[in-house]
Amino acid sequence: MMVIVAEPKQVVAPGELLAEGDHVLGDNSFKVGTRIFSACIGIFEVDGTRVTVVPLKGGYFPRVGDLVGGRIVDVGLSGWTVDIRAPYEAMLPASETPGPRGPRRRDLSESFDVGDMVLSQVLAFDRTRDPLLTVKGPGLGKISNGRAVEISAAKIPRLIGRKGSMISMLKRETGCQITVGQNGVVMVWGKSPENERVAVEAIYMVEREAHTRGLTDRIREMIAKSNVVGEVARTQTA
Amino acid sequence: MPEPKQPEKLIDDKGIRIDGRRLDQLRPIKLEVGILDKADGSAYIEQGKNKILVGVYGPREAHPKHIALPDRAVLRCRYRMAPFSVDERKNPAPSRREMELSKVIRESLESVVLTDLYPRTTIDVFIEVLQSDGGSRCAGITAASLALADAGIPMRELVAACAVGKIQGHMALDLSDAEDKYGEADLPVAWVPNANLVTLLQMDGILTPNEFEKGLTMALDACKTIHGMQQEALKKKYLVIKEVAEEREETEVVA
Repeated sequence: MMVIVAEPKQVVAPGELLAEGDHVLGDNSFKVGTRIFSACIGIFEVDGTRVTVVPLKGGYFPRVGDLVGGRIVDVGLSGWTVDIRAPYEAMLPASETPGPRGPRRRDLSESFDVGDMVLSQVLAFDRTRDPLLTVKGPGLGKISNGRAVEISAAKIPRLIGRKGSMISMLKRETGCQITVGQNGVVMVWGKSPENERVAVEAIYMVEREAHTRGLTDRIREMIAKSNVVGEVARTQTA
Repeated sequence: MPEPKQPEKLIDDKGIRIDGRRLDQLRPIKLEVGILDKADGSAYIEQGKNKILVGVYGPREAHPKHIALPDRAVLRCRYRMAPFSVDERKNPAPSRREMELSKVIRESLESVVLTDLYPRTTIDVFIEVLQSDGGSRCAGITAASLALADAGIPMRELVAACAVGKIQGHMALDLSDAEDKYGEADLPVAWVPNANLVTLLQMDGILTPNEFEKGLTMALDACKTIHGMQQEALKKKYLVIKEVAEEREETEVVA
């Protein structure tokens, strides 16, 4: 027997009964006997037989393959220590930077210095080892222009939206290039400071109102009101 | 300032206590969530004259590193009373009592937090008593579990806590400061509803087995009430934003 007890799409608290029976356990849910409970404050979602709680708050927990924005906090002999807003210190070894192999004499701070922002990918991480990063790959490496916005990592799925609907709308309407780090660092490059400002404002709005309905439409309207010229209008004027 | 004088009677002829409550009545409780910007999670509780602020940080890197555990997060907890929280200035140095309460509060929260999801990290809970009026360890647990939930830390459920005691030979719920000082016994209880676990049980004074059982039943009933208020307070934060945002949209459509 399978029964859904809580109302889907509603806010649930930790310990709230979600469902009873043989559902598939999604994130932030746990089972006691046949009863399934929520483990955090979030939105209850049902997808077929799978029950999930999409968290409304929470920090970043690294996963292999994640794109993350980080700040260099230390330069060592063979690599850098990077703050990726996780409960663990991430390492970026010099061997994971593009360029010639082999021993190098030069000072590593010539590539990245303390305080630099880097866009990187999580190469390896498990419960016993700190995350290992790489900047080998298209678009990865030091970020020297644009704006970095830091939002709660729990709101990143909402910022991307179902099949990327939210983020593609943001890019289109603000005419900005946006890169989303899974750890909550969002990079924005616009053709004018005003475009960037509107995009940043929209990102903060997503963070604040992630659990509300009709958010995509409201944000589109907010951008339209700001009179920023997006991509569609640009092709018309060109 | 002198110690508050001992009232002649803690219960009057009609069975009403000095603050006007019946024996089985809780003090008015106000709960708020997410009031500190810098903390990952926070909560504020007023229970009678108690005013307690709780901040939660983490999961974050464990410092000093040797305290980290390889298989789970370390839960650290500090209960502290402000020097101005009581009638006579409290010495700000950590007292024996504060250290004990920090320990029992930590143990009562440890049983619900899913610490094994975050190995080698710490979760820090700071409980600051701004004004104290008896039963502050229970109010502290109630607020701390809310702050943990507000931080988005995975946990089995919220912990609710409440004390019972014996005054003038009667079992009474949620003792105030004077009742605690001049009463005969005090029994703080923390309860986890779904799992039906008691995660804090202390007692001072003397109770008969019958009184103890009656008191425990009263305390668990009160915990049930408080647990409902906790869930409501936690959700309220998000429901308010939701209402405001969706209402704004409606007015825009009309305009």
